[in-house]
Amino acid sequence: MEAALAVPKSRLMAPYLAVLRARFLLVLQYRAAAAAGFATQAWFGVVSIMVLAGFYHGAAHPPLSLAQAIGYVWLGQGLLVLLPWNADPEVSEMVVSGAVVYERLRPLDTYFYWYVRALAWTLARVLPRAVPMFVLAGPVLSLAGFGAWGLPPPAGFAAFALFAASIGLTLLLSATMTLLINVVVVASQTSRGANSLAPAIVNLFSGLIVPLPLFPAWAHLFLFLQPFAGLSDIPFRIYVGQLSGAGAFAGIAIQAFWVVALAVLGRRRLNQAMDRLRVQGG
Amino acid sequence: MPQIRVDDLSKTYRVAEREAGAMGAVKGLFRRRHRTVEALKHISFCLDEGELLGFIGPNGAGKSTTIKILSGILIPTAGICEVGGLTPWKDRIAHVARIGVVFGQRTQLWWDLPVIESFELLRDIYRMPEASFRRSRDQMVGLLRIEHLLDTPVRQLSLGQRMRCEIAAAMLHSPRILFLDEPTIGLDATSKLAVRDFVKVLNRDQGVTVILTTHDMHDIEALAKRVIVIGNGVVLRDASLEAMRAEIVGERRLVVDFAEDVAALSMEGVAVIAREGRTQTLAFDPRQIAPHRLISRITAAHEVEDLHLEEPPIEEVVARFYALHGADEA
Repeated sequence: MEAALAVPKSRLMAPYLAVLRARFLLVLQYRAAAAAGFATQAWFGVVSIMVLAGFYHGAAHPPLSLAQAIGYVWLGQGLLVLLPWNADPEVSEMVVSGAVVYERLRPLDTYFYWYVRALAWTLARVLPRAVPMFVLAGPVLSLAGFGAWGLPPPAGFAAFALFAASIGLTLLLSATMTLLINVVVVASQTSRGANSLAPAIVNLFSGLIVPLPLFPAWAHLFLFLQPFAGLSDIPFRIYVGQLSGAGAFAGIAIQAFWVVALAVLGRRRLNQAMDRLRVQGG
Repeated sequence: MPQIRVDDLSKTYRVAEREAGAMGAVKGLFRRRHRTVEALKHISFCLDEGELLGFIGPNGAGKSTTIKILSGILIPTAGICEVGGLTPWKDRIAHVARIGVVFGQRTQLWWDLPVIESFELLRDIYRMPEASFRRSRDQMVGLLRIEHLLDTPVRQLSLGQRMRCEIAAAMLHSPRILFLDEPTIGLDATSKLAVRDFVKVLNRDQGVTVILTTHDMHDIEALAKRVIVIGNGVVLRDASLEAMRAEIVGERRLVVDFAEDVAALSMEGVAVIAREGRTQTLAFDPRQIAPHRLISRITAAHEVEDLHLEEPPIEEVVARFYALHGADEA
């Protein structure tokens, strides 16, 4: 302590300032992340305002009844980890440590090898969270006399069967997106950028923050067709009965389309990233 | 036809750089500067089935890059590389099913699983029939003496134990070609010997082709008849270990235990480099004076209890070689 105090006052903060400066200049280099962050936040602000305005304006016929909206929210909470929030941490670790070279030594298509890993990783985290959540939000709340605020049963047998098919596709779709994030990690050799960008997009476009039917009507078609609706909005609306019949089949078809399209894209991109792979040292 | 053919292989990397200081960082936002690094420059060599090749060179010389290209992990910028008739990076999946690879600094075993479960996962990944898996597993477990480690999670193994398991894992699918990238790095003497013995048996008894990179010259002495020295991305020498030694260091040493006290010998072309009690270490150039002639001249003049010829330590040979060719790491 004595020695530190003996340093001239002008030099006392020097190390901290140097670290501050060096780190600032380093992080400044992540221009894609900065641009994306800016764009998402701007978009976010605009959308939130529009949603609120639209909702208050046409409140006479809300697109989602309160009970349906509550069911939608509980499903979202229970299945939160089903969504592709970040890269497969195992893959991130291997990319940083260089152990990713062993992945290329396996006589396997790396895309599908990682795809099944992502599926297993997601499913293993979803089940122990979803089951207790549905028990709590369904029967427990109901027995406690708070049924109106709980997860209602599915809108019918057909709705339940279609929901089961749709949520299965959600799992497959989520893994294709995890793989796309993996690709970014492989290409950028770090998991930081991808892991901070993904949640911003997923949160908004999956309907997790604001259920997609509550967006203004002119946006509905686009929101229905974009890939993130299949992560929660489509299966949830099928469950609560807001999407049924031809609409439900259309939703499931859209999910299936995106599973295939994103898998094709992801596989091509992963192969390209692997072709440019660089591994330092031994 | 050689099993492995590398012809005029080059690999360059583009590395992004930024200028130092605040202005550099701001400039980097708009324009990136790139520097080209040539990791390999026109490398060529061939290897026949059953050969054991040692690959040596300073850090950053291009050894690992060569191994990774041969393994199908990296794609070269130019040149030809064929292993068993396949181009590794073009026919990656078929190629990697036929080779075994160990990177001494990385792990291919699943960190949280017991060793045996990693082996079983590899069995499924390589689509091995159960019977041939069992045969291969039992053989590897016996040769590397890892029976007692099979139920231990990988994270709890010592480095030496883990490396033996890594090598077993790389050989489970019975490849005919084995690439070892610094397999003995950081190992204790016992584990090093176990690894060397294993490689020797594999190469000699089963005819497995082996390429080995290492910084431990004892590995090379124990295993490799043929050595490729690589420095700054160029093959500096492709020769037998003996030929290299003879070329670099003309000098040999003769250690003589005299039966009586003898003054430091003085002979034409011979230097006494150490004298301890009745033992003298003589350095001489075998091209000037043949060893047998030197010995007979000494034994004719003096009573000798014991004598033996020594070669300069291999480390010294290699260090001199690197220096001679400017291959030392920049």
